[in-house]
Amino acid sequence: MDPASALADLTEISSQVRSVVVFEDGGSVLASTWGDGDSAARLARIGHDLLSAAAVMPLGSRRVTQVEVAMAIGSVFVVRDGDRGIAATAAAGSLSGLVLYDLRSCLGALAKDPELLADTQSEQPSTADA
Amino acid sequence: MRKAPAFLLLGLAPVLYLLRRRVAASERVSLHYDDGSAVTLERGAPGFDRLLALGRDALSA
Repeated sequence: MDPASALADLTEISSQVRSVVVFEDGGSVLASTWGDGDSAARLARIGHDLLSAAAVMPLGSRRVTQVEVAMAIGSVFVVRDGDRGIAATAAAGSLSGLVLYDLRSCLGALAKDPELLADTQSEQPSTADA
Repeated sequence: MRKAPAFLLLGLAPVLYLLRRRVAASERVSLHYDDGSAVTLERGAPGFDRLLALGRDALSA
């Protein structure tokens, strides 16, 4: 499954999800629902920063794999799988369990075809400096 | 006539207080770990403000 199809499926299945970006460990964009690279790069950077900020919290030596920030204006979800992550914004009151499951599934589907993600990355050099 | 603004302020104060409490109550951060465990942070927890600020940035992206 190519990244664009995977993200399109995700936003279709999980209707509460507004925007999604798949990124590498450093925060560079691999795929996103945006045509605008700047917005995708920004969300990827924030997703990376959320995982980094959560990782330094004094809650033991466990590795953070998912972060959810819920607010009255909406929610932000970040899931890490290996050296890749996926960040999504969603409507307020989203069912976090379902959204996180869908994000994990999307990331898992993309991980099955790493060459496609590599192709996407090479097509978006302007977003790699996030 | 001069008392009207004071009464208005007195009437609005509880509404604003309740609205603020409701917004604060809806703010939370959940962290899930690789061992399957999870914690939910609420206002006042270490790191909460930093994570919440990042979340706000993401929603404005």
